[in-house]
Amino acid sequence: MHTEDGIVPQDYLDYTRKKVFWIAGSLVLVLVLFVLAISVGAVAIPPVDVLQTLFGAGTSSKWDRIIWNIRLPQALAAIVAGTGLAVAGVAMQSILRNPLASPYTLGISSAGAFGAAVSIIVLGAGKIQSTVANPVTITNPYLTTIVAFFFCMLATAVILLISHFKGTSPEVMILTGVALSALFSAGVMFLQFFSSDTQLAAVVFWTFGDVGRSTWETLPFMAVVVAGATLYFLFNRWNYNAIDAGDETAQSIGVNVSRTRLVGMTVAALVSAVIVAMLGVIGFVGLVCPHMMRRLVGDDQRYLIPGSAVAGAVLLLASDTVARVIVAPYIRPVAVLTAFLGAPVFIYLLFRGYKR
Amino acid sequence: MTKMLTVNELKFMYRNKNVLNEIGFSIEQGQVIAVLGPNGVGKTTLLKCLNRILKPREGTVMLDEENLLDLDIMAIARRVGYVPQRVETGRLTAFDAVLLGRRPHIGWDVVPRDLAIVNAVFKKLGMEAFRLSFIDEMSGGELQKVAIARALVQEPRVLLLDEPTSNLDLKNQVDILTTIREVVRDHNIAAIMTMHDLNLALRFADIFIFIKNGKVHVHGSQDIITPLVIEEVYGLPVMIGELGGVRCVIPGACKIT
Repeated sequence: MHTEDGIVPQDYLDYTRKKVFWIAGSLVLVLVLFVLAISVGAVAIPPVDVLQTLFGAGTSSKWDRIIWNIRLPQALAAIVAGTGLAVAGVAMQSILRNPLASPYTLGISSAGAFGAAVSIIVLGAGKIQSTVANPVTITNPYLTTIVAFFFCMLATAVILLISHFKGTSPEVMILTGVALSALFSAGVMFLQFFSSDTQLAAVVFWTFGDVGRSTWETLPFMAVVVAGATLYFLFNRWNYNAIDAGDETAQSIGVNVSRTRLVGMTVAALVSAVIVAMLGVIGFVGLVCPHMMRRLVGDDQRYLIPGSAVAGAVLLLASDTVARVIVAPYIRPVAVLTAFLGAPVFIYLLFRGYKR
Repeated sequence: MTKMLTVNELKFMYRNKNVLNEIGFSIEQGQVIAVLGPNGVGKTTLLKCLNRILKPREGTVMLDEENLLDLDIMAIARRVGYVPQRVETGRLTAFDAVLLGRRPHIGWDVVPRDLAIVNAVFKKLGMEAFRLSFIDEMSGGELQKVAIARALVQEPRVLLLDEPTSNLDLKNQVDILTTIREVVRDHNIAAIMTMHDLNLALRFADIFIFIKNGKVHVHGSQDIITPLVIEEVYGLPVMIGELGGVRCVIPGACKIT
């Protein structure tokens, strides 16, 4: 019906190629940081030896053990968790049509912290152990993880139930999340009031998210969940673009807005819950990585979702590496470093405005 | 002329309140229809019922032998384009914003034909200059054209427009309505638009539908627009006259106390 002449405008193709360039560049940065993250720490291993060890040609059995048992799972966890938190954040921002949406905003992190507090204080999973690296350890990390995950999903279920009965409007979802967040924070404070010094320390310690908590046993599960969620969001990139254009426009181009919103929220909450339960609370990545990428590639979800995923990996990997260098050999407060590193970069990008 | 779209006994309820009741009308290819009536009478609701953004309680919307209300929304989106009253902006180029209209036809990703269709619509609407402008930096008139272009790349048979000229200055109002007229003629489709401005409706529409109390009060061509009908529908006395050979409506007694 259209008198199309088959001409594809070259300037548009050039414009999209620029976005691909930004994402590919960030991906290279991930690889560089990955090697760097494994190479630095209490024992410095030269990057060349890191690569040799990773490709099975290691020369030192000590380095072998450090890399395979400690640093590699930690670096991989940073990549996986950063990716997961960032894609959850970008999806929530689109679905809820709110730039402040993130796993944090919806009370999922607070619910996880509450679950951890319950497991440590009520169920007695925490104890002091005096080692140099970890002044406080949680004696039963599996119990803590499971209870934290349970409360994360409980918060998600409440949000989804209320959305189901009151309609899936962004306002309802966000306000429910804020209310839940306040409720669980109050719950944590209440429990802390009745806890011993040891338990209090263990709860506070847990809430500082740390990618070093991942092991070869937990990592594959987290990786599968994050990969599945990322693929799901990518598959829905056109639907999120449509929702960004307004609910009515989205419906008029064939998008089932309520269902997209409900399923998208469930997936985003699930991936956040898995990460929070396993690693603790890591803020800022889910909120800010999507916005960093918006400044570079714009709001088009076709580029924003993969871009945010890569940006999340960069930020968490860089934060973890810096955390290990500056406060070694003590605990690694990666959750603090994400904001320390991310905030200045983010403010710079805000000042600079959009990439043209 | 054969009827292209026929609306029959359409009924819509909001909670327990009857909003639309037994709405019925039909249109032909190449026609532009103006849906008129006071605020809150259900004009927008009617438009949204036609492509099932809202679900009518009863009735049929027949488009060439098919009842649109039986199709899934993706199938409707391949047949009916919709231009909402408010256009949301974001950090997108106009080209990307229009490309979104290809969503009902896209599988996993866009193919060159999608890009070519978008390109052709930009050319047709004379918008090539701001193809790569960002829509969050555009004026209201340009944004409205982007929304129309988006609906056009859906390759629709029918175009629905919700107050396409609200928020626009006089020149842009005329520009947009001229564009709609040309598009309807060139693509041999039909357009249904809700409007408030009776004079613009008189200049640009073929058929007029007045809604009152959830029903079609009257519908037909220019000659149904009389002071009596307008007073019945809007509750306001008006005068209708000719100015330079063009019919126009102006408010009658405006008493300022």
